[in-house]
Amino acid sequence: MPNLEHPAYPATDLLHLENLVPCRESQVSMLLSIFGERQQFSFPSIFIYGHTSSGKTYVMKTLLTTLQLPHVFVNCVEYFTSRLLLEEILIQLQSSSSDTEQTCPVHCDTLNDFVRLFKQAVACRELQDQTFYIVLDRAEQLREMEANILPAFLRLQELTDRNVTVVLLSEIVWELFRPNVGCFEPFTMYFPDYSIGHLQKILSQNHPPEYSADFYSAYINILLGVFYMVCRDLKELQHLAALNFAKYCEPVVRGEANERDTRKLWKNIEPHLKKAMQTVYLREISSSQWERLQHDGGEPGQLKGLSAHTHVELPYYSKFLLIAAYLASYNPVRTDKRFFLKHHGKIRKTNFMKKHEKTSNHLLGPKPFPLDRLLAILYSIVDNRVAPTANIFSQITSLVTLQLLSMVGQNDQLDGPRYKCTVSLDFIRAIAR
Amino acid sequence: GCFVFKPSTKKRRSSEKTAHDFRSGSDDSEDTELRFVTCQSLWNQIKSETEQIQEDLNKQLLDNLVSFLSRSHSEFQEKTTEWTCRMKFREIPTAALVLGVNVTDHDLTFRGLSDVLQDNITPYIALLEAKDCPGIKNLMQKLMGQLMNCDVDVDSLEDEDCVQVSQNRIRCSMSSLISWYESVTKKTDSETPSKKRNSSSRHWQSPPVVVIFKDMESFTTKVLQDFIVISSQHIHELPLVLIFGIATSPMIIHRLLPHSVSSLLCIELFQSISCKEHLSTIIDKLLLTSQFPFKLGEKVLQVLINIFLYHDFSVQNFIKGFQLCIVEHFYSQPLSVLCCQLVDVKKRVYSLSHDQCENIRRLPSFRRYVEKQESGKQVALLTNDSFLKEETVKLLEDLHVYHENYVSILRCLHVFTSSLPKYPLGKQIRELHCACLENRVWETEEYESFLQLARMLNKTDLVAMLQQCVEILMSSSGKEFDKSVEKLKEFLTQFQNLEEASQERDVSVSSQKELQKKTDLYHLQKTLLELKESRRSKKLTKFEMLRFEVVDYIDSLVRKYLVPADDRTLHEIVYFNAATVLRGHLNAAPRTALHTALNNPHWYLKNQALKCDGGGISNKAPDICIVYKLHLECGRLINLVDWLEAFSTVVMAAEEPNADAASSDQVDDTIHARFIRAVSELELLGFIKPSKQKTDHVARLTWGGC
Repeated sequence: MPNLEHPAYPATDLLHLENLVPCRESQVSMLLSIFGERQQFSFPSIFIYGHTSSGKTYVMKTLLTTLQLPHVFVNCVEYFTSRLLLEEILIQLQSSSSDTEQTCPVHCDTLNDFVRLFKQAVACRELQDQTFYIVLDRAEQLREMEANILPAFLRLQELTDRNVTVVLLSEIVWELFRPNVGCFEPFTMYFPDYSIGHLQKILSQNHPPEYSADFYSAYINILLGVFYMVCRDLKELQHLAALNFAKYCEPVVRGEANERDTRKLWKNIEPHLKKAMQTVYLREISSSQWERLQHDGGEPGQLKGLSAHTHVELPYYSKFLLIAAYLASYNPVRTDKRFFLKHHGKIRKTNFMKKHEKTSNHLLGPKPFPLDRLLAILYSIVDNRVAPTANIFSQITSLVTLQLLSMVGQNDQLDGPRYKCTVSLDFIRAIAR
Repeated sequence: GCFVFKPSTKKRRSSEKTAHDFRSGSDDSEDTELRFVTCQSLWNQIKSETEQIQEDLNKQLLDNLVSFLSRSHSEFQEKTTEWTCRMKFREIPTAALVLGVNVTDHDLTFRGLSDVLQDNITPYIALLEAKDCPGIKNLMQKLMGQLMNCDVDVDSLEDEDCVQVSQNRIRCSMSSLISWYESVTKKTDSETPSKKRNSSSRHWQSPPVVVIFKDMESFTTKVLQDFIVISSQHIHELPLVLIFGIATSPMIIHRLLPHSVSSLLCIELFQSISCKEHLSTIIDKLLLTSQFPFKLGEKVLQVLINIFLYHDFSVQNFIKGFQLCIVEHFYSQPLSVLCCQLVDVKKRVYSLSHDQCENIRRLPSFRRYVEKQESGKQVALLTNDSFLKEETVKLLEDLHVYHENYVSILRCLHVFTSSLPKYPLGKQIRELHCACLENRVWETEEYESFLQLARMLNKTDLVAMLQQCVEILMSSSGKEFDKSVEKLKEFLTQFQNLEEASQERDVSVSSQKELQKKTDLYHLQKTLLELKESRRSKKLTKFEMLRFEVVDYIDSLVRKYLVPADDRTLHEIVYFNAATVLRGHLNAAPRTALHTALNNPHWYLKNQALKCDGGGISNKAPDICIVYKLHLECGRLINLVDWLEAFSTVVMAAEEPNADAASSDQVDDTIHARFIRAVSELELLGFIKPSKQKTDHVARLTWGGC
């Protein structure tokens, strides 16, 4: 029972399309009705948004290629300047038209040029009678280009006076795009997240040829049971499914269980998947290491993850500098005298703490401090005398490049540099030991 | 002059010129030419030695990396059809290379790495530094520039015109990089299959493209993220491998990259050896060997090690410091001409000029030696040059033998000290070495406690140590150790015999114990008391006796061979001891130097008139000094008018003490101008800055500024 119906396109194509985009039928039929027939003018710009891996790019791509609609597909992250972006669109447009003639390098610096060149290209491809689609993936990048790029793309149909539709794909809502001078409002469309049922259906679709679909579907069920709480990213789930499937099959391969023995299989795979969640999923150990471990049957405990190596060995004075920086960042200036002078005055017990200081300084984050204060604290916490040599100063700079300290206020580097300590208390504890 | 480095430490461009520099410092009679040549050849030897050491140390790491790289893409190439591979998301293989905080050493490692990769894996390597890549655009530009240039290097003649085109206008995008890659790999495949197969069969058909991020920490998050996202989309067309050079800890990856990006990577961790181990190896191979005639004195070595441990952890800087010592030694010590291999010593001694002989006579250690001789010999040594030369050769040979013995015995002693609890003489051999050089080690308290601890060692440890010592002495080049080896072996056999004897005794002890069990409490107490009595008075067991003997023997070896070098005659020739010079060069104190220059200009200008007494301000000093001294007396904010008045008072004080009437209400224009200039000079030096808090005030930036 085909859900997709459209008079302009052959039914076989539509059926094929429907098989390729499971759980997105309503969105596709909506898009089809907006697109209309090939020669009909469509909406000038369409804005599609939805969470990561909700199938925006995939659906668009499959739709356009299966129905053989003329289009270009450009990722805005990859073509990071407007010039690159515009040129890429033109290159794709040309190369799809003329396979024989090698395309000459296009020069297109401004949108004005683009409109001119675009008209030429469309003319020589004889596309006047069809809607041409320009799909801009990760369209949020457009906001960082010149101010005229986004509004111009939105009304490209009007500017070029050709049958063209621009489709913007993004993960954020349209409200964050709208320039404050106003612009043409695109048709917005939302792709909702896949539900667990959808994920189950999509993931089960690609079962390995050696095993039955039911067997694989049971595996996916278990996998989703473990991972659905932390990860709804389809790509990631597919990756994890592929990584751990070999382990799931093990009892079957060894002949200890048959394919229907779900309970046994579950017992075998569940702890394994839990371990995977703590290691591979977090990229603590890489997937190839994980596969090798599986292959050798070793324990993942042997391999230390990335966060196991937290210890940083530092030179003697660097340690003290870092500790001094930490103290300077988290202690209020007023207490310096009390902590670091031998003969500090009496402390008035009452009203010592002001009200806002009662909240823990660790919750407020590090505060900036001047260089002089850092050095003063350093001199008081190091036992023997420290000469203010060039080496000490260069260590401060190298701590900054190692991102253990950070410099605040770039403009005042010579006169009175101010720093912040960016490391955590645990790190300082480890160093101070 | 705080940042003065000797020009001679820098790379010598023309040897003639520097040789001339050497000469200009001293007379020509002092063999400057020869000294310079010796110095250079010695340094070249040491340099090649250190390079060798570094190569060996990095070998393990590089091998691991190479196998990782060759694995990374071959997997994908082999089984692209398999189901798992189709389903799996294709990650970018990434090596996280943890190199430690000694950033200055990283360059060398990366250079070695790229050489090895070039030889074994791929010609396509790009090294990126954070400072070149503030944005993704710059990163792509840099990346493509490097990759396409390395293409030129590989087959330089064939496609010059192609390079010309690409250099004219490169579209800095991934797609042009991919098309470049396709063209390059296709060319090597199709055009010259036979030639390529033979010459570079080590590369495969499509070698990976390696991108090395030298300093991961300094890259901005956005650049890295964008680059990874872009390249992960093209991983099928461009086999990319990333290498992250990490100075701190691999956690930085998670801090810089969000999960959505780090999930695109397949990260494996590699760790280089710690810089401390590296230093130990360097010291072991360069200093604790008789291979090189040049030696470092205790204080100098301490300065170098302290800079390493306290400040930078940089082995490169340590070697640079060592080089500076060599240059300084050969430059400042005329007799360093004799600091050469033993085979050349004789010839060089006999060709010494009379002045040089006088130089020898002036050496303190030689004078001490002369005083100990009988009067006839004393006269001969002091007057007869040829006799002196003969004696010098003999002494230098002695010195050489002393070094050989010293090193072996030091290692033996280290075997003992390094396994004792609390390491009384230091854990590392370098600490022991410093202790022995400093003064007579057997006179120190630490040595005393070492002996006590050594007398409490158990047998297995002691035997193991003795065996190690025997091995060390056997392998050493010194000739005097035959007897010691004999002696040590004898100890070992005695221990062996003891073992057999003790087994018998064990039986008797156990029977005694059984006896005790049967007795009641009273008897037990009595027997215990008796036992205690007997133990106190009892003679030492055989094992204990032997242990004492061993320790005493080791002690005697130490006393004989580990004499500090300062006690040896002619040690000045091979030992470099000018620690203060070195410290001045390597551990400069700019603030202190600046303060001295401004506060006490006499120190640098050497003008007697400037010599001032106590805290007074002389008006003959340069203006900036006067202004500086006056500003020291002020608080955080300085009133310019007051400052000017004080300045003019000081300047006028001596010039015209009686013309005060004119100066009191109006300041002379020239003085005003001088003041303004001095103040702006101070501002340039960073002592003050204009303040917005109060008009006509400037803020102090140093010392008490806060």
